[in-house]
Amino acid sequence: MSVRVEHLSIAYRTRSGDVIPVDDVSFSVADGEIMGLAGESGSGKSTLGTSLIYLDARMKHLGGLVELDGGKLPIADSRAMRPHRLKEISLIPQYAMSALNPTRKIRRIITDLLRSHGMRDREVMSELKRRIALVGLDISVLDQYPFELSGGMRQRVTLLLSTLLNPSLLIADEVTSALDVSTQRAVGELLIEFRDRGFVKSMITITHDLSILAQVADSILIMYAGRLAEKASTATIIDAPLHPYTQLLLASLPAAGVRYDQTKLTGIPGHPPSLANPPEGCRFRERCPFAFDRCTATPPFEQVAPGHYVACWKVAPT
Amino acid sequence: MTGLLSIDRISKLYGTSLVPALRKVSFDISAGEVVTLIGESGSGKTTLGRIVLRLTSASGGRVSYDGHDISAYSGAQLREYYRHVQGVFQDPFSSYNPIYRANRVFDLIRTSYFPRIPAPQWQDKIEAALHAVALNPGEVLGRYPHQLSGGQQQRMLIARALLLDVKLLVADEVISMLDASTRVDILNLLVGLKRSGLAILFITHDLSLGHYVSDRTVILRRGAIVEMGDTVEIFGHPQHPYTKNLLAAVPELHKKWRTPAAEAETRAAARNGVDILGNATSAGERSPGGPMAVQPITWRSRWSYRETGHARALEPPPLRSVGPGHLVADDES
Repeated sequence: MSVRVEHLSIAYRTRSGDVIPVDDVSFSVADGEIMGLAGESGSGKSTLGTSLIYLDARMKHLGGLVELDGGKLPIADSRAMRPHRLKEISLIPQYAMSALNPTRKIRRIITDLLRSHGMRDREVMSELKRRIALVGLDISVLDQYPFELSGGMRQRVTLLLSTLLNPSLLIADEVTSALDVSTQRAVGELLIEFRDRGFVKSMITITHDLSILAQVADSILIMYAGRLAEKASTATIIDAPLHPYTQLLLASLPAAGVRYDQTKLTGIPGHPPSLANPPEGCRFRERCPFAFDRCTATPPFEQVAPGHYVACWKVAPT
Repeated sequence: MTGLLSIDRISKLYGTSLVPALRKVSFDISAGEVVTLIGESGSGKTTLGRIVLRLTSASGGRVSYDGHDISAYSGAQLREYYRHVQGVFQDPFSSYNPIYRANRVFDLIRTSYFPRIPAPQWQDKIEAALHAVALNPGEVLGRYPHQLSGGQQQRMLIARALLLDVKLLVADEVISMLDASTRVDILNLLVGLKRSGLAILFITHDLSLGHYVSDRTVILRRGAIVEMGDTVEIFGHPQHPYTKNLLAAVPELHKKWRTPAAEAETRAAARNGVDILGNATSAGERSPGGPMAVQPITWRSRWSYRETGHARALEPPPLRSVGPGHLVADDES
């Protein structure tokens, strides 16, 4: 078991009180598993991913446990987390490809990063060069500035950077989102390849785009308004989802080949509840066509079939 | 057949840029027709939308609306043009001034177009427009932009266009920033408006969305049309290799990019590993033009002005007809 998260809760401190975008979340990611983490904006998916590696000043660890390869990660203590970062757990934050320092050449960015973790670039340079070729870049990128590279090239550089020390877990937040379809495909396939080659043991890929996850992920975890809604293998989520939210979300996606005059797709009416003052019970209740009186209590996130977890009273084993 | 809007050999060169953003792009849009303009970043799709909206000028060619060249418009004529042609853009969050209530966008329309309309009548007009975009006036009027969801903001911008006698809507990536669950509602809204006679130039990079809403599709690459025609025809029988590549890269829920056999093969290769890991050159030998090739579409590097020279750079590849209304360009890659 590579990653185990138990009852994790993370709050954002705001002037009007705590907002809890990650509320009592438990899941695990196996060795070699690429887990997709999907949800709408504001569902807490990025906060969950980021909290496993870095809690910024606004974020507060309310409770819960994160284990990586059997060892506990001190996620609440930023200083204690430092030796784990990059070496064991690594993050590609959202918009990382636009966050490369524009005044530094790629080589300098890499050496700075390694030095800040107490390493010499010489130790990894030969491996780095091998991997640069592997992702289809030319070695000359090292002497280029980030703005000289296209989006896809920059995304490959961030992927190389974050996996250079072969971390156990890579958290990739929206790495394919700002890319064109063909580049998106190349980067998506690269994620799989990095896992296959063992550059990373397991991966959490965060995105709002379920169709990308259908391509790259082994399992998918769906989040809604700060809570987990459903987790199962990719095939199960896509073909036999049990949570009403997952079902409706999938039904609203225009697949290639669907036209308005043949199949009329529908969105989900309403909008997610505010996390500042979330309703009691199931948070999807207000938008759910199957809601009944029991939904006023919070449904547990339970296993209903091997590897298939759902938080819904309609499907929960009684 | 003359369309509502006719785009005729439009070219655009940006100031110091060495490559043209648009190369003699021509197509028509008829009343009540949805034309999707598909292209990847840098293909010139947004520039074309901006030229139609007169937000930037073309370097060559002409856009005519109802038979009149729009580049000559100024003052009252331009205002009259905007009464019929409006745009909605990608980022609703930055289309509003955050310190004013969101319905100020309606008031601005009132001052420029309906200064004499009495208040109660104006209120009715706003409510009718909001109902047309499936918004509840009570829920959105008087709110500040940050109190509205992205979908609501985008709908209000469409409602704003509907206050005018709009005949053509330029919708540039209008749903890219919205969540999946509200996206399709905006699409359906556009389909409904189309049925009531509105023409839409739907600009997107997302092929599935384009397929869902449009009657005709124009695929743009490097500022030139590579293929255009009936949407069903283009998606069903793409002719140009670029279109085929683009369609193959679209992530779908029920179809994998790679077949299981190819998948297993790569995995086996990866496990045995040494060949590619040990040998740096082999990575470069992967199928050129395949999805692993670096930037198969980004072209600035390979296709520079200097190599091709000015005259050729502006000349798009010739289009030939392969079916009724279906045009395909020669492959220039």
